[in-house]
Amino acid sequence: MQTLDYAIPGTRPTQPGWVTFVPPLAVLMLALLMHYCVPFLGAYAERIMTDMAIAMIAAMSLTIVNGFTGQFSIGHAAFMALGGYTAAWCSYYFCLRYWGQTAVVPGTLFGTHQLILLCCALIGGAVAAGAGWVVGLPSLRLRGDYLAIVTLGFGEILRVLFQQTNSQALSKPELANRPLFGSDPTNPGWVFPPGVGGSLGFTDIPKSTNLFLCYLLVGLTFLFAYRLKFSSLGRALLSIREDEIAAEAMGVNVTRLKVRAFMFAAFFAGIAGTLYAHQSGTTLRPIDSGFIRSFDIVIMVVLGGLGSISGALLAAVIITGVTAALLGLTDYGLLPYRMPVFALVLILMMIFRPKGLFGVHEIWDYLPQFGRKGAK
Amino acid sequence: MLLNVTNLDVSYGAVKALHGLSLEVDEGEIVTLIGCNGAGKSTTLRAVSGMLRPRGGSIAFEGQNVTGIASHKLVERGLSHVPEGRGIFANLTVAENLALGAYARKDRQSLADDHERALVLFPRVKERLKQLAGTLSGGEQQMLAIARALLARPKLLLLDEPSLGLAPQLVQLIFSIIREINKQGTTILLVEQNAHMALAVANRAYVLQSGEIIKSGPAKQLLDDPDVKRAYLGA
Ligand SMILES: Nc1ncnc2c1ncn2[C@@H]1O[C@H](COP(=O)(O)OP(=O)(O)OP(=O)(O)O)[C@@H](O)[C@H]1O
Ligand SMILES: [Mg+2]
Repeated sequence: MQTLDYAIPGTRPTQPGWVTFVPPLAVLMLALLMHYCVPFLGAYAERIMTDMAIAMIAAMSLTIVNGFTGQFSIGHAAFMALGGYTAAWCSYYFCLRYWGQTAVVPGTLFGTHQLILLCCALIGGAVAAGAGWVVGLPSLRLRGDYLAIVTLGFGEILRVLFQQTNSQALSKPELANRPLFGSDPTNPGWVFPPGVGGSLGFTDIPKSTNLFLCYLLVGLTFLFAYRLKFSSLGRALLSIREDEIAAEAMGVNVTRLKVRAFMFAAFFAGIAGTLYAHQSGTTLRPIDSGFIRSFDIVIMVVLGGLGSISGALLAAVIITGVTAALLGLTDYGLLPYRMPVFALVLILMMIFRPKGLFGVHEIWDYLPQFGRKGAK
Repeated sequence: MLLNVTNLDVSYGAVKALHGLSLEVDEGEIVTLIGCNGAGKSTTLRAVSGMLRPRGGSIAFEGQNVTGIASHKLVERGLSHVPEGRGIFANLTVAENLALGAYARKDRQSLADDHERALVLFPRVKERLKQLAGTLSGGEQQMLAIARALLARPKLLLLDEPSLGLAPQLVQLIFSIIREINKQGTTILLVEQNAHMALAVANRAYVLQSGEIIKSGPAKQLLDDPDVKRAYLGA
């Protein structure tokens, strides 16, 4: 039998072993580069680059659900907020207990606080993934608009729940005197309901997010999403988006994979939320879980092209950049026009490029010299 | 007996589509199911492949009861269904469609051989591997659908109207390929409007009318049956 003259998707061409380490090393280099170069551009640039990183992780993770799997979720900020709150609760009370304060030395590349942040990000991601499992379940029966409403409702429910949390313990002695449980307003528990500030917001979270961690996690999320997209599992997700019945006929367990897509997406959203919570200047508020923030992420994914990872990245940069630019021009009072501008962009896109900037493809598919996949 | 369907009842809500349908498929056979529009042929295949849950009756595959088992599990066991309308993933490439055909397989070793085997049967699919599947012609999509199902290495292949909407020469080609697939060891349950061709290629046949089997027997014999001739062969 003659050999095949094309690569079967999903089977990797044999390559030297060191090639495996190139992408992670590239990610590490990028993160180091960001960490050491951007501060020269000033605190404002640093701030925007951090915002962009968080938006990129959020947008890439939503791409897994909305883009690959075709399940329209508009409650992604809720997973971010849940991950952020969880991680912040862990790191805040940990620091308070051990050091009596939550101050972080700025400018550190990777200190104790960054290590704590990473651990908390994993916890936050895991809790968000658990919530993703819960939200994924209705998606088995619901489709399109109905699913969108459920995810929207999930965000609003979480928002209300965050409002009902206890006030935060502000010092070590106060923490020592507080009970674990209970919602007595004069002496509220700090574990349950968690003392994360209620409607006043959660402040003084250790400001351990730095550019190194941000871009490290952007890179890792990208690698995950990219490997997923071109794996057998990713193709199965795409097949669900295309035709659920036919996917089932291929042996794809549609039910299980839909839930799994929600869990993957929620996990990375939780990580983005963790970075956001530990960013300097953040007060976590219940509203972070609400519709407005979710909508920003949906815009990024739709603008980039449902299913395009690099498209989501680019759109995250554009949207964050435009927002920052409008913020920078406060003297002219342009910020209120943000939403109308984005809405207009989306309408124009629906007319001229209904599949988003890149459709399901990646940016490099459009570069002629590298165009390997059937880009048009 | 590879497939054993006994007393199958299927309803869509209040509409009864099949009542008390029984049929058998032996290993190595081509069995065809013919009947008018709306007789319940597609419904039968959907019930067998687990896409529909029957009201009553039982389905046994390789001697094991598989009634009510989800279709993705049946694919793993070796029962593949090429549905009416083909179920091509239009926005994926032909190669990706083929790769999805092999999704449920545990053994990846012989994958290249099976790709080769499927593509030798369908050279026109092979020429278009990088094309988006939605841009294939109807006939090419049908070929892709069959090739894709073969990559799951089915023991039993359910084909629902493979000749639907194809030009006469292409119909000839598809049927000769079906025979070839069968020769290579795959058992086939074939649903067809084109009773002439179906009876010519099959070993045995069932005639379905209003959800019931009204006749069955060797295909050659039904080809000469006066009732069948009048009703389905237009003679
Ligand atoms: N989803 C459905 N909901 C309600 N009734 C249905 C559904 N699918 C099929 N039916 C009905 O069940 C009966 C059998 O349909 P089926 O599709 O099995 O026919 P068929 O023999 O495949 O016909 P054709 O040759 O036209 O494909 C028909 O009366 C049809 O109207
Ligand atoms: Mg039919």
